[in-house]
Amino acid sequence: MAATAFAIIRLRNLFAVVMLSGIFSLLAASLYVLLSAVDVAFTEAAVGAGISTLLMLATLAITSEYEKKSERSNWLPKVIVFVTGGVLIYGTLDMPLYGAADAPANLHLIPRFILESGTEIGIPNIVTSVLASYRGYDTLGETVVIFTAAIGVLVLLGRGHNRWRPGMRKPVVPEDREEEV
Amino acid sequence: MNDHSILRVVSKIMIPFILLFALYVQFHGEFGPGGGFQAGVIFASAFILYGLIFGIENARKVLPANATRILLALGVILYAGVGVAGIFLGGNYLDYNVLAATATGGQHLGIFLVEFGVGTTVATTMVTIFFVFAGQDF
Repeated sequence: MAATAFAIIRLRNLFAVVMLSGIFSLLAASLYVLLSAVDVAFTEAAVGAGISTLLMLATLAITSEYEKKSERSNWLPKVIVFVTGGVLIYGTLDMPLYGAADAPANLHLIPRFILESGTEIGIPNIVTSVLASYRGYDTLGETVVIFTAAIGVLVLLGRGHNRWRPGMRKPVVPEDREEEV
Repeated sequence: MNDHSILRVVSKIMIPFILLFALYVQFHGEFGPGGGFQAGVIFASAFILYGLIFGIENARKVLPANATRILLALGVILYAGVGVAGIFLGGNYLDYNVLAATATGGQHLGIFLVEFGVGTTVATTMVTIFFVFAGQDF
């Protein structure tokens, strides 16, 4: 995974970068399977490796295939990235071991979900009961976020964006091709 | 891509199975891994594959712009409507216990409807974003 990530940073060929980010997502999905988080792995494989790779390829078809070389020096972003990364790695040193029984995450609500969800919700997949019932508000929020993303894309690129308005020189898309957009 | 006969034939064979797998993931989410988000993405990928192979215009005939726009909103309305139905039946917002005679039955029904709403919105969102992006190559 780290090798793919560094290759993504170094490469200038955006097609290869898109392919590598898909591979990165697939490796992340395999990692989630190893951590027994199959629902998350499923989402990562479908969304990260599947759809977002496709959407980036669709975007590449509109823009160019090569990234332009930046003229300015970029030491400040590098410093910020390394400091933030260092702080995050330092933070993981205090975290409990993976799967430790006395970890705070495993003591607070997890026992309730594991022991009670079978009688309270009555479905075998605990992840689904947490996602759709115990945390119904969160999932509603996520659905609205996705809805908003679609609305945003439609407003920016959809059928209405190229209608001629006063002050514009000419419609962005020729009138006869408007229906396709 | 009209001259790629292998792609056309293979995708025609694949698309029904992709749709079927999406429905399986959608309605089996209570028992195995999966749920509305994953099912929506898989369902959308079938339409995107069709659009890639047979062209956006043909895909738009299968799934017109107006249909995706209405379904996009219907998914969120279904989710929020389940919550409102909970209020009318005497519970809190998004309280599924009151939806059916028994508490677990209500939970089953609520989760089923909510996941269906999520799946609808996610699928149409992905299809919309891809079609709008891919339709830009003029």
